[in-house]
Amino acid sequence: MSGTSIVSARERALAVLGGEPDDATLRRYLHGIPGIDAVGLEQRAAGLGTRSIKTTSKRWALDRIISLIDLTTLEGADTPGKVRSLVAKAMTPDPADPTSPRVAAVCVYGDMVPFAVDALGAAHGDPDDGLVSVAAVATAFPSGRASLAIKLADTADAVAAGADEIDMVIDRGAFLAGRYGEVFDQIVQVKEACRRPDGSAASLKVILETGELNTYDNVRRASWLSILAGGDFIKTSTGKVSPAATLPVTLLMLEVVRDWHLATGQRIGVKPAGGIRSSKDAIKYLVTVAETVGEEWLRPHLFRFGASSLLNDVLLQRQKLATGHYSGADYVTID
Amino acid sequence: MTRLAVPKTYKLYIGGAFPRSESGRTYEIVAADGAFLANAAKASRKDARDAIVAARAAVAGWSGATAYNRGQVLYRIAELLEGRRAQFVAEIEEAEGVSRAVASAQVDESIDRWVWYAGWADKFAQVAGNANPVAGPYFNISVPEPTGVVAIIAPQDSSLLGLVSAIAPALVAGNSVVVVASERFPLSAISLAEVLATSDVPKGVVNVLTGSPAEIAPWLASHSDVNAIDLVGAGALDWISLEVDAADTLKRVLRPESGPDAAAPALGRITAFTETKTVWHTKSLL
Repeated sequence: MSGTSIVSARERALAVLGGEPDDATLRRYLHGIPGIDAVGLEQRAAGLGTRSIKTTSKRWALDRIISLIDLTTLEGADTPGKVRSLVAKAMTPDPADPTSPRVAAVCVYGDMVPFAVDALGAAHGDPDDGLVSVAAVATAFPSGRASLAIKLADTADAVAAGADEIDMVIDRGAFLAGRYGEVFDQIVQVKEACRRPDGSAASLKVILETGELNTYDNVRRASWLSILAGGDFIKTSTGKVSPAATLPVTLLMLEVVRDWHLATGQRIGVKPAGGIRSSKDAIKYLVTVAETVGEEWLRPHLFRFGASSLLNDVLLQRQKLATGHYSGADYVTID
Repeated sequence: MTRLAVPKTYKLYIGGAFPRSESGRTYEIVAADGAFLANAAKASRKDARDAIVAARAAVAGWSGATAYNRGQVLYRIAELLEGRRAQFVAEIEEAEGVSRAVASAQVDESIDRWVWYAGWADKFAQVAGNANPVAGPYFNISVPEPTGVVAIIAPQDSSLLGLVSAIAPALVAGNSVVVVASERFPLSAISLAEVLATSDVPKGVVNVLTGSPAEIAPWLASHSDVNAIDLVGAGALDWISLEVDAADTLKRVLRPESGPDAAAPALGRITAFTETKTVWHTKSLL
């Protein structure tokens, strides 16, 4: 897990912002970012969605989508058994086809991390090595309405239990009220809570919950804020709020990531989550990533899909390509 | 002053909506005398796939409705057909080139057949089901249950009667249907879809595709999410290979029939698309 060290992130933020990351400095900086051309953005996203991806490219895309999925279960009714079956699916998505790649990670609530780690066993590790990571949502997911102490304890618990990645939510209330310094400070502190005793750190995904940010301008500001504060990934949504991930919002976040990479050389990941259910939609995201930040972003450390039902649809499409006829829901597992 | 002609656009019927073919293709429908009648959508395999998705989504609701309720809904279709019989008669007259009397007879028979099948909805289970004899203090009961999604290649030489004869029995038990209409006479099928859309049949329970059965049938026969295929109108196709494809995914298959008695009304057409569920139940709490 690549984690930027806190010190360098802070120094970089100070250099970019030109001052301490308090409300006034952040406001000056974030509100100085040019506004979004909403019509242009949506048109660009729609244009990227019209590409026709067929045969060998489609085959490649489907396998790549699987290897980029954070297979997710975030229900109040989650049980250790449900998590174990999720892990089984993550390790062997299509039992009838051993050539199917594994997903990148399983994403669960913090208290389910030990069960996920236990079920993964030797398959627990870095997705670049063909293994499966464990991601945990933390910081009073999905609302983020809790004291900082609780958010930090939540994070530390999940990391101690073996989570490789932490999906935190920002305090949308504070962000919308203009208390940028508070949001910045929380991300920095959660990032600190991601550290393990051995000096390594869990990767931090910052959930913006774009469906509650109302405007594209806010999404762009929140993206910059999260990256400045040290997030390794920016993630669109919790999946609990509609609209969740949309193509324009993801395109916008990818553009921020591209600009940040041009400015600093650092690569930040993007994770659209929620509402991506069909292979067709997922392929549109792949096209958007490749066209915006480049194909090098299409790997598990830089791009993820937060999804649960998407995997089954991709498997059905894979089966269609393999057998030549359409497959049905009876031929994949029930989530 | 002469009025401008307002020609009708005949589209597909998928999931309760009337989309054009995903492929954008159409083909010309001509009258018996060769005169141009209309452009109909020429469905592609992706339209067939979409129709099956819609049909699958509709199975739970339709099969979960009570048998009595299904009978009422089916009967209402007959009522609506009756109200629009003039339109159907005119369409059949034009398309098949038959006299008004012959066309009327076909519409009458279609409506009557629909009523006949509607009546079976809450009765066929009594006939096809059974209380099995057992040697113990419990009941053993067999009941017919719908198989799921039924694909149908409608009879090709009839506008309405063949279509009705194939769709109605599959619906009775609670299956949902994807039907490929007659290639030569598809207009009545789309008009029937308009009747279905304005009746109480939930969306997706009946999906109507127009176009080439030769092109679409193999995709339906091999589709894993189709539970049964009625090849009644597939006599001119390579139906043996369709049957082979269907066998790969364990579909129930009805073979082609031809002639005026094709798809004649029969209880067997209803039970062909059912699975028998047998349950045990204690006789008392002793």
